[in-house]
Amino acid sequence: MQHNTTYIFAFATVVCAVCATMISVSAVGLRAKQDYNREIDRKKSVLMAARLVGDNDALTAEQVEEKFGSIRQVVVDLETGERSDMDPAQYDPATAGVIHPAANPAQIMEMPAKVMIYEVMDGDKVSMLVLPIFGKGLWGTLYGYLALDRDLQTIRGITYYKHKETPGLGGEVENPRWKSLWPGRKAYNENGDVAITVVKGQAGTVEEDPHHVDGLSGATITSRGVTNMLHFWLGEPGFKSFLHNYEPNRSA
Amino acid sequence: MAVLNKEQREVLLDPLVNNNPIALQVLGICSALAVTTKMETALVMCLAVTAVTMGSSFAISVLRNNIPSSIRIIVQLSVIASFVILTDQILQAYMYDVSKQLSVFVGLIITNCIVMGRAEAYAMANGPIMSALDGLGNGLGYSIVLISVAFFRELFGSGSLMGITLLQPVTQGGWYTPNGLMVLSPGAFFLIGIFIWALRTWKPEQVEES
Repeated sequence: MQHNTTYIFAFATVVCAVCATMISVSAVGLRAKQDYNREIDRKKSVLMAARLVGDNDALTAEQVEEKFGSIRQVVVDLETGERSDMDPAQYDPATAGVIHPAANPAQIMEMPAKVMIYEVMDGDKVSMLVLPIFGKGLWGTLYGYLALDRDLQTIRGITYYKHKETPGLGGEVENPRWKSLWPGRKAYNENGDVAITVVKGQAGTVEEDPHHVDGLSGATITSRGVTNMLHFWLGEPGFKSFLHNYEPNRSA
Repeated sequence: MAVLNKEQREVLLDPLVNNNPIALQVLGICSALAVTTKMETALVMCLAVTAVTMGSSFAISVLRNNIPSSIRIIVQLSVIASFVILTDQILQAYMYDVSKQLSVFVGLIITNCIVMGRAEAYAMANGPIMSALDGLGNGLGYSIVLISVAFFRELFGSGSLMGITLLQPVTQGGWYTPNGLMVLSPGAFFLIGIFIWALRTWKPEQVEES
């Protein structure tokens, strides 16, 4: 069909306007619900790392909120290793500033200068800390949380909420059985160095072999990635100085 | 099916077996490989593709007599892209967990040749109702393949269906050793190949002349 140029421009403009309006309305109208979903998802991951929520528990948003009630959010400044006095509700990773750490095996090129950590409260006492972690695996970056006991030494749980590893191989970082091997392992050795390592093959029991965790079979690079990121985040560039100064009993 | 006349029935049902977009036209393979490791993601992807194909075919057919032919492809793309973004937004709002697993593949429906192919080949030349039925039929044809591929991949690759464990894998303390090939993309290639082979054995007229 032949049309003149004016008609073609007018038609294109109308199509663009209608499509743009439709998309804008849906994006604006659904944004609140999407943000809420993301928020609930983050809270659920934190609860899973602390093993307050089971891996296969289907929880409603209300149940997640309720369980999250015992958790205090704290912003930590990784440059100083101190608590930041920033209000956690105002925290936004996008504006938290960026640190470029020295070359490291976890291949972290940049990291936020401030991160949000979580204190799991038991009454008015802190019972565990949940720390955000990330680092390279085989195909991409794995994002997760590590739960540490109030002794700042014993691991209470680990969870990954976002990764690109191969399902069935590296993707087994999500396997509940593998995750259940972590609680009770010790993060640091007697000298205070990070010791927790994912080994090739099987590790011993928690009592006999507290610094090792079974490797993921067929996923050597992912297993190594998990070790590297834990060494990074529990070490000097990560939370080590914060944990060193940390007093579990201080009040909010 | 009394509500549809013979022609409408043909447009709707033909793409299921006789003119299946994946098995015969070999379109939309990319997402068929990517989202079929689990039944749940495959089902949601099927719903999304079917909704987009149906919606865009309908909309393009309504506009067909007014679309200047010199810009028709970009107009089709704009309409399709809008439907895809709308679908993605709805999934993120109401099925957040699944949309997280589907990640970029919802957005990539835009590039799914089935959607564009039906718009250009059918919707530009036929009425809105027929085009919507054609879109629905092609979406369902795509779904049949995706769901059967996902069925075998999840069952043999993870020992479960819809997330419910049927064959307890060794990694979870059971007896079943999951077939690693099934969770990788080549596994889907083999399954689609077998599907096409079975279909063409049943319907020899689909075999291309050599």
